[in-house]
Amino acid sequence: MKRYLSTILYGLLSIIFVAGARFGLINAYEQIVIMFIGINIILCSSLNLINGYMGEFSCGHAGFMAVGAYVTSILNIWFFTSSPVFGGPLFSPGSAIFLFPITLIAGGAAAALAGMLVAIPSVRTRGDYLAIITLAVNYIVKSSIENIQVIGGARGFMGMGKVVDSMTSVINLPWVMIWIFFFTAVCIWILNHFVNSTYGKGVIAVRDDEIAAEIMSVNTNRMKMVAFTLSSGLAGIAGGLFAHVLGYINPGSFTIMKSTEIMVMVYLGGMGSLSGSVLSAVSFTLLMEILRPLQVYKWVLIPLLLIILMLYRPEGIMGNRELTDVFPKLRRYFPSREL
Amino acid sequence: MTLEMFFQHFLNALQWGSFYALIALGYTLVYGVLLLINFAHGDIFMVGAYIAFFIASFLLGSYSLQLPFVLDGNTIFVITVIITMVVTSCVGVTIERVAYRPLRKKGAGRLYVVITALMCGLVLENGNLALLGASRKSFPELIEKSIYTIGGITFTNVKILVIVTTILVFILLETIVRKTKLGMAMRAISYDSVAVLLMGIPLDVVIVFTFILGSSMAALAGVLFVTAYPVLEPYMGAMVGWKAFIAAVVGGIGEIRGAFVGGFILGFIEIYVAAVFPSTLRDLIAFAILLLLLSLKPTGIFGIARAQKI
Amino acid sequence: MALLELNNINHYFGGLQAVSNFNLNIDEGVLFGLIGPNGAGKTTIFNLVSGFYKPTEGEIRFNGKSIKGLKPHEVTSLGISRTFQNIRLWNSMTVLENLCISQHYRLGYGFIDSILYTGKYIEREKNVIKSAREFLEILEMKEYENEYPKNLPYGLQRRLEIGRALTIKPKILLLDEPAAGMASGDIEQLIQLVKWIRGKFKLTIWLIEHQMKVVMALCEKIDVLDFGEIIAEGTPSEIRKNPRVIKAYLGEEVTVHA
Repeated sequence: MKRYLSTILYGLLSIIFVAGARFGLINAYEQIVIMFIGINIILCSSLNLINGYMGEFSCGHAGFMAVGAYVTSILNIWFFTSSPVFGGPLFSPGSAIFLFPITLIAGGAAAALAGMLVAIPSVRTRGDYLAIITLAVNYIVKSSIENIQVIGGARGFMGMGKVVDSMTSVINLPWVMIWIFFFTAVCIWILNHFVNSTYGKGVIAVRDDEIAAEIMSVNTNRMKMVAFTLSSGLAGIAGGLFAHVLGYINPGSFTIMKSTEIMVMVYLGGMGSLSGSVLSAVSFTLLMEILRPLQVYKWVLIPLLLIILMLYRPEGIMGNRELTDVFPKLRRYFPSREL
Repeated sequence: MTLEMFFQHFLNALQWGSFYALIALGYTLVYGVLLLINFAHGDIFMVGAYIAFFIASFLLGSYSLQLPFVLDGNTIFVITVIITMVVTSCVGVTIERVAYRPLRKKGAGRLYVVITALMCGLVLENGNLALLGASRKSFPELIEKSIYTIGGITFTNVKILVIVTTILVFILLETIVRKTKLGMAMRAISYDSVAVLLMGIPLDVVIVFTFILGSSMAALAGVLFVTAYPVLEPYMGAMVGWKAFIAAVVGGIGEIRGAFVGGFILGFIEIYVAAVFPSTLRDLIAFAILLLLLSLKPTGIFGIARAQKI
Repeated sequence: MALLELNNINHYFGGLQAVSNFNLNIDEGVLFGLIGPNGAGKTTIFNLVSGFYKPTEGEIRFNGKSIKGLKPHEVTSLGISRTFQNIRLWNSMTVLENLCISQHYRLGYGFIDSILYTGKYIEREKNVIKSAREFLEILEMKEYENEYPKNLPYGLQRRLEIGRALTIKPKILLLDEPAAGMASGDIEQLIQLVKWIRGKFKLTIWLIEHQMKVVMALCEKIDVLDFGEIIAEGTPSEIRKNPRVIKAYLGEEVTVHA
């Protein structure tokens, strides 16, 4: 029982927040902050797989997020609402309540596919070239969306609010928040199992010594493809959730700036540490909100803080260790993985 | 496209590519020596443009503190260029000294330094925004623009100035890197920074020199850019910087020739794409072509694949 | 039929010919040594065999089948394992993990199993860890299970690397200068270890070495390589007397150590 304490705590926490949102104990702004924390956890931990565990340098995570956001949003608008572009709803609007996770996963799958396409050329190239490829892909995705007028082009795409409304009209619950809690847990579960399996540790072997990995029978190209596909797929799901928190997306939400923000979270938490990613996503999101009154100065202060942090603790909050490595006693509250 | 149009665009592309080439140079020089992608470099370009703006305004007598004599536009331009290059170099070196060097001494991973570089860029950008506000500034016209037309192709003296300066800079830098002791030390460091230390080459001096070269070229690009397109805003460096970085990689990062060729290729693609297609497609097509070039030759045009040793 | 055949291998780096017209047959069960001065092309030949380079010309056969053009991990999974001149362990992972990951090619489960935590995954993963622990015991390194390789003394790192190569369950083991940088006491242990694993796993071993002491103590058959070409072949005692070998080694090292 004790082993599942962490899981139970997370479940309780989710229920408290969902109930709080349902009964108006948490105001709309606080709800959005909570939901952004979840989304940032997904984004940060998924990028950590590439930049931290695999030691490559991907700086276009927002591009994959955009793919997921747009695909999920378009599917939802097409399926569940009447819009000038897609006509009437394909399914009854109320069915969104159980089809929503499926469209989310579809968005994730589209992003994963995009990630796989990027991984193919980058398997041949090394190190810093992946930075360029992902950077260029980020621009290409943003620029492509801007040029497709059907989905709003540079003006953006809206109407996801209606989808959310049709879900709440069936059962009055904060559905987007529920799905964020759910997918955050799924994301951490997947990544945790992946990087702790001998199979997934192939990714870490690639980071430590790629030549040794390849010669010691690790199919390094496949590992890179898997890691990249998984990471971008999760970013896609985060994108889909992000679109439904705001109810509106435009290409400007998925710029290099957004990618930079995610990268900052990864490095703040520590490369190759999942608990670090979670901690840093929570603290970074909160910090951004606390510093909001500073307006422009926020974006001077935060980078400065990070530069100073780098000088005194270059490995981030956790380095490549997990919380359970630092406090071994915590281990008894997490599901066992002893083999 | 008529032949005249073609040559008109050709000239424009040369000018546009010149800016990319000059900025790409800073990326390439620093990468060649430190294997560091100095993401703050685009913003150094922006800082250069702003410094030039303030110096030019001061020399023109726009502030309450004024010079006791009046200078003509061309003299002001030359002085502005020189002072801007010096001051911007100081900014570049300061960043190296304060943010990068301590990390290097600690032996922090390269990726951490890259993040620091990104942060430095953000500080410069947003610091500027916070101090000077979001309003755009317009650069005073220092050089009287004269327009020439030869065989249906029009060009200005500024355009010629930009292109000629870039070519001169290229020759100068190639000479520095190939012929001078410091230049040779720079090349040596990129091969083996440990052995270089053992040979008694002062690593820090060479690195500072590299940053001076890179930053002053970005400053030069900044002055030339605002002379040609006299609008300044805090984010002018970000986009140009990212693109110049990609140009440097396409040319083969670490190679001076590569930075120039890459810069010009990007300039040409952008100008000709915008001439043929709607300008909203410019970035899309430009990046797609660059990706294609990179997948054909992953090391860039002049880059040499370094053999991995087992 | 020889276990490993290299036929007329030529390899160029740009214009430089690193290996010229190299022929070699290694029979099953032999402990074979390849020696030669620095830069003679020894490691290049290992890299060609393990698939890290593709030979410009020539054919490489293992068990009668061509392995030319295969990826290194494919070559390894056929049963050709190797160590490196400069130790290449995965330093951010523990000794045990190092011995697990090298079993990658026979994990028998994939991505989906690993994230869904299926029964197959648990069973296979248990086997992997069990097998890794067995190797730890064989290496007499049980107490270092949770240690990080970089914290181990040099001799133990070498031993671990050999152990890691063994977890592949190879038919032939390529040792690239296993005694490089070792103290003489460690070298003695190494010689014993190589002899022992050979007997225990019935391995064919191919050794590249500088230290004559190691080669002479271990190998049954020796080839001498110089400037990418074989200049002599024979048993240790024959090689010791060969004038071309003595010349290639400046006439000293061979006699001093032998």
